[in-house]
Amino acid sequence: MLELSGLSKHFGGVKAVDELDLTVNEGEIVGLIGPNGSGKSTTINLICGVFGETAGTVRFRGELMNGKPPHQRLRAGLARTFQNIRLFPNLTVWQNLWVAQNSPQDVSARGFLPRWFGATRRTRREIADLLDLADLGHKDDELASNLAFGEQRRLEFARAAATRPRLLLLDEPAAGMNQQEIADLSRRIHRVRDSGVTILLVEHVMELVMGVTEQIAVLNFGRKIAFGTPGEVQRDKAVQEAYLGASDPGDGSA
Amino acid sequence: MSYYLGLAQLIGIHTLLGLSAYVLMLTGQLSLGQAGFFAIGAYCAGILTVIFELHIVPALLIAALLAAFFAFLVGFPALRVKGLMLVVATIAFGEFVRLFFFNLSWRVPRDGIHVGPDSTNGFREIRYFVANGWSAWEITLFVWTFVLLVMAALWWTDRSRAGAVLRAVGEDELAAQSVGLSLTTVKVTAMTAGGFIAGVGGALYAHTATYVDHLTFTVLLATFAISYPILGGLSSVFGTLVAVIFIQGVLVEGLRFMGDWRSIVFGLLIVVAMNLKPSGLFDARTARLLRRAVGLRGGEKSRA
Repeated sequence: MLELSGLSKHFGGVKAVDELDLTVNEGEIVGLIGPNGSGKSTTINLICGVFGETAGTVRFRGELMNGKPPHQRLRAGLARTFQNIRLFPNLTVWQNLWVAQNSPQDVSARGFLPRWFGATRRTRREIADLLDLADLGHKDDELASNLAFGEQRRLEFARAAATRPRLLLLDEPAAGMNQQEIADLSRRIHRVRDSGVTILLVEHVMELVMGVTEQIAVLNFGRKIAFGTPGEVQRDKAVQEAYLGASDPGDGSA
Repeated sequence: MSYYLGLAQLIGIHTLLGLSAYVLMLTGQLSLGQAGFFAIGAYCAGILTVIFELHIVPALLIAALLAAFFAFLVGFPALRVKGLMLVVATIAFGEFVRLFFFNLSWRVPRDGIHVGPDSTNGFREIRYFVANGWSAWEITLFVWTFVLLVMAALWWTDRSRAGAVLRAVGEDELAAQSVGLSLTTVKVTAMTAGGFIAGVGGALYAHTATYVDHLTFTVLLATFAISYPILGGLSSVFGTLVAVIFIQGVLVEGLRFMGDWRSIVFGLLIVVAMNLKPSGLFDARTARLLRRAVGLRGGEKSRA
């Protein structure tokens, strides 16, 4: 579904991402891990078109994505969340989701006026579902900036889901979360996957990564040093060394 | 009485000017080119009623569409730059339009005299209202019909998804792109709508003033255009109206008795107002208070 081949991004002399090859198949939950500064977020930004790549290609569902701006990639089905939450702070929770409902299906199925000016019954029902997914049903009229940190994360997750993506890129969604919130998040990730969305998860919190992913790619200094199931990756020598020689990468303190 | 009616017309026209900047400001863009679109509306509507002898309503609509068309054209290159660079680019456009009309001479004979734009001497014969015997009351009503129509349209847009989309772009461009919004499309649309509104304002201005020349449309007018929404705040269209009444009604007219001191007090009061109400004279809190006073509950699914 998503194919990166030879993908590179250099910032001056720094090779943030170096010749990365990665394939994500439809319906999978794939993890992308690595120590700080290993190029995970840069990879997400390359896939979404925030940065232009130095070399290599991004293919999504067979279509070449190189050179396309972020909004076109979204319409092809690539949605994302941000490492540092980026909501529309002075819009309400409901409006945040409303704005994001812009999927290609809508363009053909509905007219101009209802799309831009009306909130059809279907729109309201979908947003109600999303509010339920984010567990924010009671806060729909609250400004996004008034939400607690965890709620903002949930809203951003729901906003990405509102675009009805085929592939959802999650950039450190568990950062700063407690055990309970991580458990909720992994339940939420499964719920979205079960509705037919493929997921690429960039994460430091090993508890989440090891728990939900089926395949993991490990980056270090912009290069992929390992790829396999969570078990395989945990036993990998190169991975253990990358995480400062820790005997168990599961401590996640890298 | 006619003085107050004239003031009411002026306030209406400047509200349109301010709203044209308001629309674009929702997307986070600041344009100092609104005087240019206002000038296009003024001159074109004047030419249409004077030289082509059209009725005021079609003349006004054609002029506004033309202003919108130019806003659309200018929008593509201008909105590729942001912040100060956009301000500079739009000032350049405004000056270009002003100098074009400064040089435009298009005189035609009509009833024994020559009428039409006369370059440096201005365009002096926009007498549609006088020629058709409109009273000051009728003119004021006419002006405010358009002001209220535009305000209603924008108020409604603000509550719709389109309004949320405009504000989303203004709040965070990267996040807006990441939910599939094309920044160019959204900003150019806002610019075009702003051009249309400024065009309506300009057309009304030309006919109420009966006389326009290039000096009306300097950067000073463009500065007024953006100062209304800045002072009034972006929480709703009423902010712009309140700011226009405050500036034109209270500061410009109300302080006339102060003579030369007026400009100083004018500036001072604006600084005081901005300090007391940093998010605008008509911010969300004022709106809430007003709603409670009138006994209405807040909009259920829309912003307060």
